[in-house]
Amino acid sequence: MIKTSALSKTFPGGVEAVRGVDLTVETGEIVGFLGPNGAGKTTTMRMLTTLLRPTGGSATVAGHDLITDPKGVRRSIGYVSQSGGIAPANPVGEELELHAMLYGMRPAEARDRVAEVLGRLGLTALRERPGGALSGGQRRRFDLAFGLVHNPSLLFLDEPTTGLDPQSRAVLWDRIRDLRDGVGLTVFLTTHYLEEADTLADRLFVIDHGVIVAEGTPAELKGGTGTLDDVFLSITGRSLRDDPPGGEVPGGSQPAGVTAFEARVADGTTEGSGAAGEER
Amino acid sequence: MNGLTGIVRDTWLIFRHNVRISLRQKAGIVFGVLQPLLYLVLFGPLFATIGTWETLIPGLLVQVGLFSAGLSGFGIVFDAQAGVLDRLRVTPAHRVSLLLGRVLAGSLTLLIQSITLIAVGYAFGLRATLPGVLLALALMALLGVGLAALSNAIALVMDPDAFAPVMSTAVVPLVLLSGAFLPMSMAPGWLDALSRLTPFRYVLEAIRELFVGRYATMTVVAGVAVTAVLSVVCVLVGTRVFNRENA
Repeated sequence: MIKTSALSKTFPGGVEAVRGVDLTVETGEIVGFLGPNGAGKTTTMRMLTTLLRPTGGSATVAGHDLITDPKGVRRSIGYVSQSGGIAPANPVGEELELHAMLYGMRPAEARDRVAEVLGRLGLTALRERPGGALSGGQRRRFDLAFGLVHNPSLLFLDEPTTGLDPQSRAVLWDRIRDLRDGVGLTVFLTTHYLEEADTLADRLFVIDHGVIVAEGTPAELKGGTGTLDDVFLSITGRSLRDDPPGGEVPGGSQPAGVTAFEARVADGTTEGSGAAGEER
Repeated sequence: MNGLTGIVRDTWLIFRHNVRISLRQKAGIVFGVLQPLLYLVLFGPLFATIGTWETLIPGLLVQVGLFSAGLSGFGIVFDAQAGVLDRLRVTPAHRVSLLLGRVLAGSLTLLIQSITLIAVGYAFGLRATLPGVLLALALMALLGVGLAALSNAIALVMDPDAFAPVMSTAVVPLVLLSGAFLPMSMAPGWLDALSRLTPFRYVLEAIRELFVGRYATMTVVAGVAVTAVLSVVCVLVGTRVFNRENA
């Protein structure tokens, strides 16, 4: 569903936010993309969703080449950004219908599809509310509705539960699992909540300083001992919630903990990290 | 859906949506036209002692154009901050439509404000010819497209906090240099020369000619040409900025 090769992004001024990411996501997986603030998670996701143009490497997303067929990518994916995308003053149902029609649906088809998605997410009663009148949890579920209204095969979620209380977070996790189990949706989500990654994801990629430093199932990464928190600290030398040492966008050297982790992951993932390093 | 049909459809969808939003914000439309109406009511009778309503009202039209369409990019600042813009950019909608739909809605708002101003102007004594008024409104709509496109482009590249104060300050000298309140032919040489460097003088002088029924003059041709070029350039700049950094 997603395959990237040495995907990179260097911003004007020479800041290397993503330095050669290689990853593969299979159909029907929920994949967590884990890393501290400024590690390159959002930049990678914005490249994969066509919001940022890569400066190096290549990628295929939902069967479409990211560089030569961005429109094909957009038709096939749903995207929920960190800030969501709900206009505070407009009825959310109306915004959703517009959103559906921008994917080519006729008005009646869009209305039906919006009703179906809102029903699935338990939001039907709220469709006439303006975005500004929704609670945090309701907004996040509506964000999910925007990502799903055109029936994509792949959904990108950028920090989907940040700022939510534990109960709203658990509700959203259930919805995401339902979608995977019910319609076979592939989900690629960034998070800096280790609990979320552990509970929700089939497989995890850990990114730090713009390169993938580990890959595996939560169980593989934990290796039967410790918690993901311990693993993350040993890989990156810092906690998941730490700010990056040089500011918001990473640009430093390869973190020290990778070698220790290489001993634990037996599937060869760390070779990808090595290749990524050569891209710099 | 092929290219042009798709662009027209997407533009229509975004336009209709933005018009609905504007109509909900009735206070925005009312207050947008209130300032020139205050000039009309409180300054017009004074101006009428030395000039004509056919001179003043075109000036007020250019003023409302600069303030209304020129500041219409403010909406995109909120949409960018709320994530609405990114959400729309990830749809397969044509990027030019995402801009044009907004811009045309901004231009329609300006058109409604212009019609209101002219209608109230008639009550005060404006006696412009009907073809002249219709042509002037067409010119205003075209100007609105250009200004709204430029405003959106500036809003996307400027610090969001700086947009409103910078733009509202920039608009004031442009209004004054256009000759909105007094014809620039009365100005000293340096001010007259400076005024000729701004496009809005040519637009304004063309509208004044149209209002008094002179349609085929060099002033009108110059005004139409300047407005057309300004709008095309601004839409191109706006589209370029809108597409920036996208795959």
